[in-house]
Amino acid sequence: MEKASASAWRKFNARYNMIGNVCKTCNTKYFPPRIVCKNCGRNTKMEEYQFSGKGEIFSFTKIHVPSEAFKESAPYVIGVIKLEEGPMIEGHIVDSGKEPQIGAKVKQVFRRMYTDGEEGLITYHFKFELI
Amino acid sequence: MAGIVGYGVHVPRYRIKVEEIAKVWNDDPESIKKGLNITEKSVPGIDEDAATIAVEAARRAVDHSGINANEIGALYVGSESHPYAVKPTSTIVSQAIRTGHKLTAADLEFACKAGTAGIQMCAGLVDSKMIKYGMAIGSDTSQGRPSDALEYTASAGGGAFIIGSDKSEQIAEILKTTSYTSDTPDFWRREGAAFPSHGGRFTGEPAYFKHITNATKQLFEMTGFKASDFNYAVFHQPNGKFPIVVSKALGFEEKQIKDGLLTPVIGNTYSGASMLGLAAVLDIAKPNEKILLTSFGSGAGSDSFAIEVKDKIDEKRGKLTKVSDIINTRKIYIDYSTYLKNRGGIKKR
Ligand SMILES: [Zn+2]
Repeated sequence: MEKASASAWRKFNARYNMIGNVCKTCNTKYFPPRIVCKNCGRNTKMEEYQFSGKGEIFSFTKIHVPSEAFKESAPYVIGVIKLEEGPMIEGHIVDSGKEPQIGAKVKQVFRRMYTDGEEGLITYHFKFELI
Repeated sequence: MAGIVGYGVHVPRYRIKVEEIAKVWNDDPESIKKGLNITEKSVPGIDEDAATIAVEAARRAVDHSGINANEIGALYVGSESHPYAVKPTSTIVSQAIRTGHKLTAADLEFACKAGTAGIQMCAGLVDSKMIKYGMAIGSDTSQGRPSDALEYTASAGGGAFIIGSDKSEQIAEILKTTSYTSDTPDFWRREGAAFPSHGGRFTGEPAYFKHITNATKQLFEMTGFKASDFNYAVFHQPNGKFPIVVSKALGFEEKQIKDGLLTPVIGNTYSGASMLGLAAVLDIAKPNEKILLTSFGSGAGSDSFAIEVKDKIDEKRGKLTKVSDIINTRKIYIDYSTYLKNRGGIKKR
């Protein structure tokens, strides 16, 4: 439990606000943040970078048989999102009265991701919604 | 004095119609729709709670205000459905909108009026120059016991207001605010209980009507204003009927209250209700117009505000997400079984 809350806490900036980083040497943006730039290695100069939270659906799939943690949310949609700034990330696409399609524009929203049983922590996380 | 620098709201997309609930309990939908003046209510998604609603509203408020969230010095979240019993919702919101850590924050609870209590606290802090901006939020995913009359109204939504004292930034100034409070056992929920209990008919006259009337009359006395001096009036709206009755008794006409009355289409968002009503009026108000706002929270108390709209309101409209855009777009109608599943998610908390 103690380990779980400490590791959750370290990820708040990424999970809540899509804060990644940018290598000032080659201007490549990373989400989730990386310590070493793929292009620059030892010449990496990382700085915090606030992603816009906007992007488009690169691919998606509907999950009908989920893991235990997401049992109550099924069926739900997971997508690979190409962020405006370049990186591709996996994320939940929330039900928003519009069917997801490849190429459709999305923006980040703030939602519950999962709860650690009846008594544990609630994990909040960005998800994506069709614009 | 202090005023509103920006605001934002959030209401989940899910809706359930009165007919759908009435079918399950063998009630007559027409008499319920007429009796409560409500047609449908909002329902949170399984991954939405008072914290996620507060964050969405708060982010829109920051966008609308144009301020740097880092300059917010106080953050209060009023709710009766905070996701944790111990662990503040306000700190989750502060992290999600990136206020700095030089911040005082607290969760407030006063049934449906905790949001407006937060506005008063922020107003005091900015007027005394202790902080530059304060944010007050009212947000709820309220719950009605199955088959109870409350099940037709208890809904989800919230509003966030950024309060500041610099008049050049205000879209509306709070001219005066006053409260009327007394120990009244009209509605309650004990720790650990899933659903609230209420005193049935007792919730009307000695609770809602008495507190709203006394707080509003107090405000009239302090300001010299009368009902006809206001272009708009917003009252707490546990159903679509009470605010119409109380406004008439206070001398208001229907045209003054219609724009701030949202319960008929989204239900009673509890701590969010007065905030959403005020936001809907600000969405359309013109400079120099006056707004009366009187909230009500069971237990019981009312906060009343005289608000004057400023020129800045037009300038900031470009960055505004209007209440009507949020509550009328891409609604998702659900049946009673989906509603139960979503509500199960809420109840787990
Ligand atoms: Zn690089």
